[in-house]
Amino acid sequence: MSRIKEKFNQLRTKKESALISYIMAGYPSEKSTLAAVRGLIQGGTDIIELGFPFSDPIADGPTIQKASTESLNSGTKIDNFFSIVKKIRKESEIPLVLMTYTNILYNQTYQKFISRAKQAGIDGLILPDMAIEESKEYVKAAKKIGMDTIFLVSPNTEKDRLKQIIKSTSGFLYMVAVFGTTGVQTKIHKYTIDALKNTKNAAKGKIPVGVGFGISTEKDVQKYVSSGADAVIVGSANIKIIENTPANKVQTRIATFTKKLKSKTR
Amino acid sequence: MKIGIPKDGRFGDFGGKYIPETLAPAIEELEKNYLKIRNDKSFKRELGQLLIDYAGRPTPIYFAKNLTKTVGGAKIYLKREDLLHGGAHKINNTLGQALLAKRMGKKRIIAETGAGQHGVATAMACASLGLKAEIYMGHVDTIRQKQNVFRMELLGAKVHAVKSGSKTLKDAINEAMRDWITNVDSTYYLLGSAVGPHPYPLMVRDFQAVIGKEIKKQMKKIPNAVIACVGGGSNAIGTFYPLIDTKAKIIGIEAGGKGVKTKLHSAPLTAGKKGVLHGMMTYLMQDKDGQISETHSISAGLDYPGVGPEHAYLKDQKRVEYKAVTDDEVIDAFLILTRTEGIIPALESAHAIAHAIKISKKMKKTESIVVTLSGRGDKDIDIVKEYMTKNVKNKRKI
Repeated sequence: MSRIKEKFNQLRTKKESALISYIMAGYPSEKSTLAAVRGLIQGGTDIIELGFPFSDPIADGPTIQKASTESLNSGTKIDNFFSIVKKIRKESEIPLVLMTYTNILYNQTYQKFISRAKQAGIDGLILPDMAIEESKEYVKAAKKIGMDTIFLVSPNTEKDRLKQIIKSTSGFLYMVAVFGTTGVQTKIHKYTIDALKNTKNAAKGKIPVGVGFGISTEKDVQKYVSSGADAVIVGSANIKIIENTPANKVQTRIATFTKKLKSKTR
Repeated sequence: MKIGIPKDGRFGDFGGKYIPETLAPAIEELEKNYLKIRNDKSFKRELGQLLIDYAGRPTPIYFAKNLTKTVGGAKIYLKREDLLHGGAHKINNTLGQALLAKRMGKKRIIAETGAGQHGVATAMACASLGLKAEIYMGHVDTIRQKQNVFRMELLGAKVHAVKSGSKTLKDAINEAMRDWITNVDSTYYLLGSAVGPHPYPLMVRDFQAVIGKEIKKQMKKIPNAVIACVGGGSNAIGTFYPLIDTKAKIIGIEAGGKGVKTKLHSAPLTAGKKGVLHGMMTYLMQDKDGQISETHSISAGLDYPGVGPEHAYLKDQKRVEYKAVTDDEVIDAFLILTRTEGIIPALESAHAIAHAIKISKKMKKTESIVVTLSGRGDKDIDIVKEYMTKNVKNKRKI
């Protein structure tokens, strides 16, 4: 069983939702990434989503764009990324998900990249520009290697398409909360709550549904969990903390923030 | 060779729609509407009339006898897209898409622009059809093409200077896509080149194919060679597509910058690798990890790390030959054409001229070359002046 599936099974028996925490690898340095990871684990997050920067992140808002650019400028390469993952694996068995863009995988071939990722200790992949129509080869390679393919759905995804996406999804389904890019929002829209209900219905309990984009406060987490989300994904808010915190305090600040969010998933 | 409508949005391996899920319904709606309107008589009539009365079609084909004489070789003909309203071929596409947007009931139009020509053409089409235009332009480009920024503003468009990434065309496309993701219901994204997710490459090719269709009609016989410059590749695919099934040798010219052996160029077909960017699979300039490389060209309009998927296909099929010329060769061609014919070409188009000069020497005098002169060069005179001041060794001084 994949680490992700196992985690959701455990949480289900405890009647908890998952907190999924995103950070950008190599931002602002490898050292601070490891500190942040330790903080996330300490704070009790359930799954860590590691971003690998891409030069042209069209689904990301200003915060993650900036982190991508700075990570690339500081010299983050695929090789560094996998070495970070291996270091995390020495310390923890927490499920690790990689979020990046299609070209990063395609460049090395899906097969080769996914094998390397699996070997390093990655459990699932999120590619925001991988549309279901284009995903056949990618999903095939991932299945063979035993890597979860986490697809995104949007509040405007139609019913039939939703079904099709669910078929190709493993690990969990990532529902984008807003029309827009990643980043902090101030309001929870009614259309998101409606979409969450529809998506949960379509998933029929076979695959957990996570909500992400624009989630940054305890209140947000509570609202989505009480509306039925199996997981909430917090990203830009973590990046902002890392951005504004001296390196030696990243771990404790991330841990404190994560602990607060996690308490709302129970 | 028949291409027509690409199956599943793909030209062989190339194209497709690699897009965030939020855009999927919008792309589907666009595809449905476009395929319907593509054969709609009233749409064709309305667009055809606008192209005549508003844009100034058909454009002439001009025998450049002085240039031909100076170079010595095959007869060089120029397809004068520079004479269109706005000074470039871009208006062929913006009128088509703006009309489509209007029929789809979209009131807000967004677009990206490199040199500013597509932005200006979008602003003009929107002004004339009563639509609101917002244009994304790389910060670097807003400086090197500042005159076009003001032109767009005069025409009523709002210009957003994009300061992320390399601050050029590719980043303007990223930002336009982010806007579209955020305002997907109300907004029509009017892409300016034959790039992006399906159906854009098809749609832009169809609207630009008027260039090649006219060439076919205007030339007494099929030319021996046809040449156009390729950035994203819209004037080139419009020129080439109607001539694909003829015997003409077809050549696309990329921006070789400081040379394709250096990193300072924008020639993905000549020196790139297959990959995925801006919703399409195509040839891209990228590094070992798949990060998109920063590009260089003296012409902002060709300064792009990717290329339209149909070009990638035509390259692999060996139907079209793709070559690159350097900035130096471009300036030289710019000056030769200006002096011999009194025509100031856009630096983009001067790439095609440079290659025509190269090959016409080796061809027979009875043979003919058609070069698509995609735009006029008024926007570029400051760049040329600066280049000539810095490169005093350039043979052709004023």
